[in-house]
Amino acid sequence: MSVLLEVRELVKHFPIKSGLFGRVTGYVRAVDGVSFKINGNTVFSLVGESGSGKTTTLRCILRLIEPTSGEILLDGRDVVRLKGKEVKWFRRNVQAVFQNPFLSLNPRMKVRDLIGEPLKTHTEMSDDEIHRKVNDLLAMVGLPSAVANQHPPSLSGGQAQRVAIARALSIEPRLLLLDEPTSALDVSVQAQILNLLMELKERLKLAYVLVTHDLSVVRYLSDYVAVMYLGRIVEVGSVVEIFNDPKHPYTLALLSSIPVPDPNVKRLRRRLTLPGEPPSPINLPHGCRLSSRCPYASNECMVKEPDLIRVSDTHYVRCIKVVKG
Amino acid sequence: MSEFRLYFNLIRGSPIYLIGLLLVSSFVIIGILAPYILTKPADAWGLTYDISRRFQPPSPEHPFGTDEYGRDVFNRVLLGTRFSLMIGVGVVALSLAIGIPVGLVAGYVGGKAGTALMRVTDMFLAFPPLLLAIALAATFGRGLLNTVLALSLSWWPWYSRLAYIQVNSVKSLPYVDAAKVVGVSELEIMFRHVLPNSLTPIITQATLDIGSAILEASALSFLGVGVPPPTPEWGLLVSSGWGTISRAWWISLFPGLSIVITVLGFNLLGDAIKELMDPRLRNLLSVRRV
Repeated sequence: MSVLLEVRELVKHFPIKSGLFGRVTGYVRAVDGVSFKINGNTVFSLVGESGSGKTTTLRCILRLIEPTSGEILLDGRDVVRLKGKEVKWFRRNVQAVFQNPFLSLNPRMKVRDLIGEPLKTHTEMSDDEIHRKVNDLLAMVGLPSAVANQHPPSLSGGQAQRVAIARALSIEPRLLLLDEPTSALDVSVQAQILNLLMELKERLKLAYVLVTHDLSVVRYLSDYVAVMYLGRIVEVGSVVEIFNDPKHPYTLALLSSIPVPDPNVKRLRRRLTLPGEPPSPINLPHGCRLSSRCPYASNECMVKEPDLIRVSDTHYVRCIKVVKG
Repeated sequence: MSEFRLYFNLIRGSPIYLIGLLLVSSFVIIGILAPYILTKPADAWGLTYDISRRFQPPSPEHPFGTDEYGRDVFNRVLLGTRFSLMIGVGVVALSLAIGIPVGLVAGYVGGKAGTALMRVTDMFLAFPPLLLAIALAATFGRGLLNTVLALSLSWWPWYSRLAYIQVNSVKSLPYVDAAKVVGVSELEIMFRHVLPNSLTPIITQATLDIGSAILEASALSFLGVGVPPPTPEWGLLVSSGWGTISRAWWISLFPGLSIVITVLGFNLLGDAIKELMDPRLRNLLSVRRV
């Protein structure tokens, strides 16, 4: 299958201004050279802790912020440089669902108008057609059509997130970006939303980019996973490769942190806990970014940041220890 | 659940709002009907002069007494309601009409244009409001329209500040980002997503301010730079009785009382509106009653 979205060497540095005249005294290197490709109808996850740059990457792809450098290609066309009509084309193809539906849905608009808004913006449909389409979309996400006349604050969290999904899918995009789509919801509702997302992906042949710190969500939903640390991808591979055979110490540490509710279930073969906190993205450590916390770090690790090293066709890791064993 | 039921529930839940609503609605109704329910229209408009009836204390014939020209104070206060209503609503409406667009554009567009607009606003805010209004009113000359204009020009910067602050906080909310992702145009985002969600405190403030506008207009008239006599404006009526207050207290008392009651009514109603405009509270109310 052909490549749908490709991100090439994406960089986003936020300047730090200080003093009376706003002199730039440094940069927060939020995203520092991120590259990946996604095919149609697959789910690609970006995981990492807060401050790893996963949400910034997502906001760059959505054109909400302008990247410092790098390219974002949709069907081979650079998204950053699109103008006028081309932006509309991009919006029709790429939509997003955000973390908290109560914040991402205008509380003063009725559900009908919220779901109808993308249709009004992108199609020539009449009010009657939009009315019918909204009812279809509500049925698609498993909501009764009576919800259409309510305002978001009167919905439950799960219902509101379903509305957000219906709104995003109303103009039939090919790529849906999911920014922590379940972490603001009750645990009992999370599974329902995940199942809905899985079902819609198969039915509508969608591709997802999922940004989350919840590894169980990643495991359930994804085909491929990229692990981010301090603005870079440290390991990327298929779900099976990442979860069963993690190569990077940071990935291992992340997987070790998944809570296992059943004490009798055997945990990972190897476990790893990293000491300390991630260093500031303003002053990054020399060499490998994990070297300041990595128990396996040697002098060599402090000298030069490693490139991504190939493990298999789909599995790459940014750690020299992998090759050396 | 209909809007009406919601208001009804809120009012029923709290009698103090009911008082506010009653005071304001009777003020508005009297203001509209005043010219048609006068018992002594000539007295009310200040066209008569009858020395033999001057300084009469309140009686069944003259419930609020008579003034130094022998005019019926009750009729003058009654007609004054209309002028106060026109001034209060006029000042606030005109101020909103200037202040909201300035604040909305400055807040949403931001950058150099936004900073420039807000610096102009700050220039107006640098003057004490009543002092600026007095200076403007004195420059424009006496008259109803000039009074409204003078007050509005000293008033709009408060709304533009308020709008600016609100717009600035609303524009960074996720639903604005979500609308951008959908591809909604900037203009539509501004008017459909940002403005409606920024209005609550502005509308609340505006309702409260109708009372203050009436008060300030009265102050201007009292000082002799507002509405010219013989217009039965409340501030002017208070001022006209000021010199003889030891002999004929009723001339100043009744128009003064009207001002107090009206301002109080708007304050109570403003509080009620604040609660009604809060979407979270609306839900609480509808849940509680269904």
